Amino acid sequence: MEYFIELFFSGLTRGSIYALIALGYTMVYGIIGLINFAHGDIYMIGAFTAFIIATALSIFGFPLLSIVILAALAAVIWSSAYGYTIEKLAYKPLRHAPRLSPLISAIGMSIFLQNYVLLAQTSDFLAFPELIPDLEFMEPVAHVVGTTDLVILVTTAMAMLGLTLIIKFTRIGKAMRATAQDRTMAMLVGINVDRVISMTFIIGSALAAIGGILIASHIGQINFYIGFIAGIKAFTAAVLGGIGSIPGAVLGGFVLGLTESFATGYVSSDYEDVFAFALLVTILIFKPSGLLGRSDIQKV
Amino acid sequence: MKTRMRGSIVAVSIGLMLGLGGAAYADTIKLGVAGPHSGDLASYGIPTVKAAELVVKKINANGGVNGKQVELLIEDDVCKPEIATNTATKLISDGVDVVLGHICSGATKAALPIYKNAGIVVMSPSATNPALTQSGDYPNFYRTIASDDAQARKEVDFAIDVLGFKKIAVLHDKGDYGKGLAEFARQFIEESKKAEVVLYEGVTPGAVDYSAVVQKIRRSGAEAVIFGGYHPEASKVVSQMRKKRMKITFISDDGVKDDTFIKVAGKDAEGVYASGPQDNSKNPLSNSAIADHKAAYNEDPGAFFENAYAAALALLNAIEQADSTEYEAIRKALQEHKTMTPVGNINFDSKGDAVGVGFAMYQVKNGQYVEVK
Repeated sequence: MEYFIELFFSGLTRGSIYALIALGYTMVYGIIGLINFAHGDIYMIGAFTAFIIATALSIFGFPLLSIVILAALAAVIWSSAYGYTIEKLAYKPLRHAPRLSPLISAIGMSIFLQNYVLLAQTSDFLAFPELIPDLEFMEPVAHVVGTTDLVILVTTAMAMLGLTLIIKFTRIGKAMRATAQDRTMAMLVGINVDRVISMTFIIGSALAAIGGILIASHIGQINFYIGFIAGIKAFTAAVLGGIGSIPGAVLGGFVLGLTESFATGYVSSDYEDVFAFALLVTILIFKPSGLLGRSDIQKV
Repeated sequence: MKTRMRGSIVAVSIGLMLGLGGAAYADTIKLGVAGPHSGDLASYGIPTVKAAELVVKKINANGGVNGKQVELLIEDDVCKPEIATNTATKLISDGVDVVLGHICSGATKAALPIYKNAGIVVMSPSATNPALTQSGDYPNFYRTIASDDAQARKEVDFAIDVLGFKKIAVLHDKGDYGKGLAEFARQFIEESKKAEVVLYEGVTPGAVDYSAVVQKIRRSGAEAVIFGGYHPEASKVVSQMRKKRMKITFISDDGVKDDTFIKVAGKDAEGVYASGPQDNSKNPLSNSAIADHKAAYNEDPGAFFENAYAAALALLNAIEQADSTEYEAIRKALQEHKTMTPVGNINFDSKGDAVGVGFAMYQVKNGQYVEVK
């Protein structure tokens, strides 16, 4: 039983990480029907920004708490700026082009960002500073749930809650839902669709940046390529949960994380990915639009 | 008719030349050098030729071996097994006494039976395939490089005999290098009967979290982890083990004996063991061999240069000690007499592997890899 609980929490941590990144995929897809393959790289940019700011601040001897807050703020702002710019440069000109064009453009942006960081920073693995210190009261359960695990779980829950509140109750949230339902109609009733789409990219990128910081402090290292694998897994989670659905992305993340964790624990980590993708295929056979996806007209 | 005539004239003159050649150098010692000297793998073979040239030049200047000058017979096998057999036949028909080569394991394996039938000792600076020595099929084969499994052997012996562990988890990163090493480690632990493999798993490179594997290691009751792979995964696994408050020993390989590992894993790297090639930088012979190479060719030596230099020295020393170029006498001398070489003071075991060449264990202490004595 204890082993089960240990694996369960491993799966939860992993799932939260996937969920945080999956939220960005699913939001963008929900609004403009685009799979933003550069999203994983925005997450990587967030981690790098936090790394640079945190390293610089710790040289000047700032206290840890202010380093965490400033690094997180910088990462969120910087990543959002990237998300905003990418949308304006690479997707907006293609908004009325065939569906495949922005998709290719997204893959191109992903490759561009990876190589940009590779050239501008380094190809080496870098040690990410420990931004989340071990809390005293977690020590008795540290072998099951560490402090970083806890922070990741809580942050994901808060991010999902905050996002749901924004979408349900704010003006921009209403505009987002309207745009998602019917872009032309939304435009006709006076919604600034371009602004809504920009806002979606900004929120999605901010979440990716938070994810980047949390995961980098959890795993302790970054390089230019981390966005790719995390992005693919998060994308899988988003599809699993039903792409376009926000609770779906979180659910998909957890289902994927737990499946991988239990597959590792009870079978073998050699087959971790086999189980994850077998599950994806099975679910898509029975529910083609994912666990919580709307089964309306297929977009891609 | 005309062409056929010309053909036979050429054949006759080649025969004459070979005959004359044989006669002219009857009292030299013929050291064959075989390996890829052209084609895309030439960079693996050329340094061996240069090493042989440097050694022979030095030995000839000092009066040769037992009063005889050493002559080099250099043959190209382009690293291809089907050409290596021709290379071997050519060297034997030229009356070679011992052969330095071949370079690639595949080519070496193809050529060895031919040398064996002719009773010629072959010493490779680079063929690392374990079966070449361990199968016992090629008693004429020696090498001055550790075989592919030597690293796993070193790690397992260290874990079992030095650290005394009974339960070991073997992990790898699913790559060719890491998995190959882990396979050998598992096999050696099982064969030793002194310890058991309680877990054998591959971790997915690039995953965002390894805590499930870490929990599995804990449940397996392992006292140590032997990890085959490179430093990015190793540092993640070690850090997550320490985060989950697991203090068991972590032993890894040359892919982890890298300063990036210490930089990235930070304080979690402390106490980690890793095997790595022996350090020759304090060996004066190694330094002088490299200096000679720079003086002669105006560049740093290439791949396997030191191993080739050592092999040439060992072969010629064995002939000197045996005072003969006869097969059994050379074999005996190689096993019984040590030679000072750039890779250490070496002799060979009965299977043909160099004793004292190979890997050493290092441990991270205060942020640095220190050799474990």
